[in-house]
Amino acid sequence: MSAPAQIQVRNVHKVFSTGGAEVVALKGIDLDIHPGEFLCLLGPSGCGKSTLLNAVAGFSLPTTGEILVDGRPVTAPGPDRGMVFQEYALFPWMTVEQNVAFGLQIKKRPRAEIRDTVQGLLRMLHLEEFRARFPKDLSGGMRQRVAIARVLALDSQILLMDEPFGALDALTRRTLQDELLRIWSELKKTILFVTHSLEESIYLADRIVLMTYRPGTLKRDVTVDLPRPRDAASPEFNAMKKELGGLLMEEQNRHAQAEFTGTAVD
Amino acid sequence: MARPSPKALRGLLVPLAALALWQLLSAKGILNAHVLPSPGAVLERWWTYLRPGEAFDPSQMSKLRWMLSGELPQDAFASLYRVLAGFLLGGGLALPVGLAMGYSRFLHGLLDPLVQVLRPIPPIAYIPLAILWFGLGNPPAIFLISLGAFFPVLMNTMAGVQHVDGIYLRVARNLGAGRMATFLRVILPAATPYILAGARIGMGTAFIVVIVSEMIAVNNGLGFRILEAREYMWSDKIIAGMFTIGLLGLGIDTLMSLLTKRLLRWHRGLES
Repeated sequence: MSAPAQIQVRNVHKVFSTGGAEVVALKGIDLDIHPGEFLCLLGPSGCGKSTLLNAVAGFSLPTTGEILVDGRPVTAPGPDRGMVFQEYALFPWMTVEQNVAFGLQIKKRPRAEIRDTVQGLLRMLHLEEFRARFPKDLSGGMRQRVAIARVLALDSQILLMDEPFGALDALTRRTLQDELLRIWSELKKTILFVTHSLEESIYLADRIVLMTYRPGTLKRDVTVDLPRPRDAASPEFNAMKKELGGLLMEEQNRHAQAEFTGTAVD
Repeated sequence: MARPSPKALRGLLVPLAALALWQLLSAKGILNAHVLPSPGAVLERWWTYLRPGEAFDPSQMSKLRWMLSGELPQDAFASLYRVLAGFLLGGGLALPVGLAMGYSRFLHGLLDPLVQVLRPIPPIAYIPLAILWFGLGNPPAIFLISLGAFFPVLMNTMAGVQHVDGIYLRVARNLGAGRMATFLRVILPAATPYILAGARIGMGTAFIVVIVSEMIAVNNGLGFRILEAREYMWSDKIIAGMFTIGLLGLGIDTLMSLLTKRLLRWHRGLES
């Protein structure tokens, strides 16, 4: 690609020390993510995909190496890299509307602008009827819609998603995947999406980066050039699933092996 | 009109049975009236205690003031005033200190050892010092009550801040919130369930301490009155005073519980 990468991961290592033992979570990761790209990080648990995402988010910086976003090194979390968490993490004391407005209030935007932006996002995610509800009164799918609206309010170019649909039932998950694709194509965001679901990654991504189990390295970098909307039952889809599935299972087996021998630390 | 629920009726069953037994034992002469007077006698005494002492005179005061001029309303007001003053003083100091100690490891390390030594000392043990420092009257009483309210509010506020789920702090940072905004809009509301629980316990303690402090330092209030009644062996008045304390405490706790429900309507724990 000719456009400069929006997220540049440069020779990133991440070492955790737990109880005297050192665990190499990431080893020599190099990755360029381009503007508007939908990239899935795929791998079994413990492969470091969330660690890499947290490093890009700025929650947990690399031990060595560096991460550049729009050419500037990441040193802390910030609203230019909005994150959606698997556990939704909505503020339970705020209504739907207040949750979505939070980031804009922090930015001290004018009231009228906040009202209009929130209104637009609630409409986009079909949340208008629920604006005055508290998160405890919403289903998991609805909560995740609110969480997505909340980061979209930041109007950042980059969206980080940490297994956002992992806790949802299959049907809700598919609905939200389709919504996310619609939003992505409408707003031209760069999305870095962590998942352990092979199917999900093929359904969503432009590009899948498969990671190895401990130490976390890049095992395979695949471009998914299936036309959208994708049909999960098509032969091309299944061919891809088969190809990547074998690679993924190798890593899954290494993970399972480590669990049996008691060396897996999560 | 809504019918009283079977649950509420069930709750009345035991008190009514106890009352009936009490009345029966008194009527049969099994209970000595000096030791435990009959419920009827207590009720009668209660009414005398409640009623204005003098005939209504419009030139002296308004009707409402007259109706509240009896000994019991005056005592209840005096006790309530001390409870509220002590609670607001103690709780009002504990809240900022608890927030600061919960938030800052440095302040926690600095203050916690002192707090842990002072906390187990019951407010009652401060009575001699309270009299020495503040003399007699309301000041020592309010001092003791505020001590009683201080520690529950402090401990709960501190725990509330320390137990804020880390994910909310991560989200706040991710959404660009600075320290001040994170504290005011994330940590404080997240800690509210703990703080309110502490306030409720603090209020309960304040109620215990007000009665004790009135027995030593002042000459009105419900605690003073039941001690005074003992001097005259008026056991019916003692019991009337005790029930008044019970009802007043129940009233305050109900108000606190309503306030909690209102403030925590977002909270999962209150889903029914």
